[in-house]
Amino acid sequence: MDKCNRSLISLADYSADKLMYLIQMAQRFEQCPNRRILEGKVLATLFFEPSTRTRLSFETAANRLGARVIGFADPKVTSGTKGESLKDTIKMVSNYADIIVMRHYLEGAAKYASEVTDIPIINAGDGANQHPSQTMLDLYTIYQSQGTLENLDIHLVGDLKYGRTVHSLLAAMRHFNPTFHFIAPDELRMPDEYLRYCDRHSIRYVEHKEFNESTIAQADILYMTRVQKERFSDLMEYERVKDLYLLKLDMLGKARPNMKILHPLPRVNEIEYSIDDTPYAYYFQQAKNGLYAREALICDALGITLNEL
Amino acid sequence: MKRQELLVAALRNGTVIDHIPSDKLFHVVNLLGLEKMTTPVTIGYNLHSGKMGSKGIIKIADKFFTDDELNQLAVISPNVSLCEIRDYEVVVKKEVVLSDDIVGIIRCPNPRCITNNEPMTTRFHVTDRSSGTVRCHYCNHEESLDNITLR
Repeated sequence: MDKCNRSLISLADYSADKLMYLIQMAQRFEQCPNRRILEGKVLATLFFEPSTRTRLSFETAANRLGARVIGFADPKVTSGTKGESLKDTIKMVSNYADIIVMRHYLEGAAKYASEVTDIPIINAGDGANQHPSQTMLDLYTIYQSQGTLENLDIHLVGDLKYGRTVHSLLAAMRHFNPTFHFIAPDELRMPDEYLRYCDRHSIRYVEHKEFNESTIAQADILYMTRVQKERFSDLMEYERVKDLYLLKLDMLGKARPNMKILHPLPRVNEIEYSIDDTPYAYYFQQAKNGLYAREALICDALGITLNEL
Repeated sequence: MKRQELLVAALRNGTVIDHIPSDKLFHVVNLLGLEKMTTPVTIGYNLHSGKMGSKGIIKIADKFFTDDELNQLAVISPNVSLCEIRDYEVVVKKEVVLSDDIVGIIRCPNPRCITNNEPMTTRFHVTDRSSGTVRCHYCNHEESLDNITLR
């Protein structure tokens, strides 16, 4: 396969086999995160939009694989501020690095970048569009916590309108016969285009406005997201719903024993702190899994196979 | 000969594009680059049509388009009819066909799409022919062809 095709822009078109393969790779890295298989390679992190968490996770992954890291974390220091096009920046960096991890505020930026260079691009988020490494770590976490991806009840809570993580998760889980529960206020409900996507792919789903002990009693995965004030056109509506989608300890009374709570972080107040000490809390493990998932994605993009690990 | 037909002169050799919705007529002119033509071009606008109410028609003398050029018209006007004329006779009738990929014609309606911020060519995939829905190759935004604007 040529290098260009090894870019990771979205997981939406990946097969079930490919996703399971990447999960197996991540498992290998969980067993042993430090493998200097990228000795002599240079990874560039180009963050045209700041994202400390994602960047540190990728840079840690690269360092634990023995690669050197170049790049920028602050778009103000780039030539973009002098009017340089994205294409020129990518072509310039391609002369120095073996692989580029990029975050950009414009949607489609990573796809375009992958078309103007011969080295692989990993999309670390392009506006509201795709964030495949987050999706990969979510999949890995679901698999790790449940022992399978098949036939799970996945409850998505909060901002289902703008949250790209929940949209990407729908697409990635479609191979595994899930049942989704969408729990959100009217203003932030799952957009129709994603409901149509579920219909097209025969994904079962139920929409709820209520978020309480009964709604989540059947969940295997409870995926919390933050309801953000700036998403509301009507601030009265925000005031009305802002505290309706907070997870409190006393709501977990009927939870299944295998149920795990995920959150892409950062959390503000959507999960009560007292829940952190329960066996249901899994969001910090989820964040840790970001390292293993990203090690797998970097290696795959560079053509390193499972057999070589 | 009916009086209406006299509104547009007969063509000896060239292409006739008929049944263009009036509001799309000048899009067709732009899309085919007719303003750069050096041969005679006759443009009929707001003509009466039994089927459409109002229509446009374009006759271009001594010019024959490739299928690729003509198929671009499907993006803005899928029901236009095309005739190639040689020596006053219709020798070929064509229908426009919407291709799977639409390159360099449509502007992405998403202001945060990379294509609206870089000097680059737009690209769309047709996702539903029956409803005329297209998806941006870059940002994945879906839009109906009824609502698109041209570059």
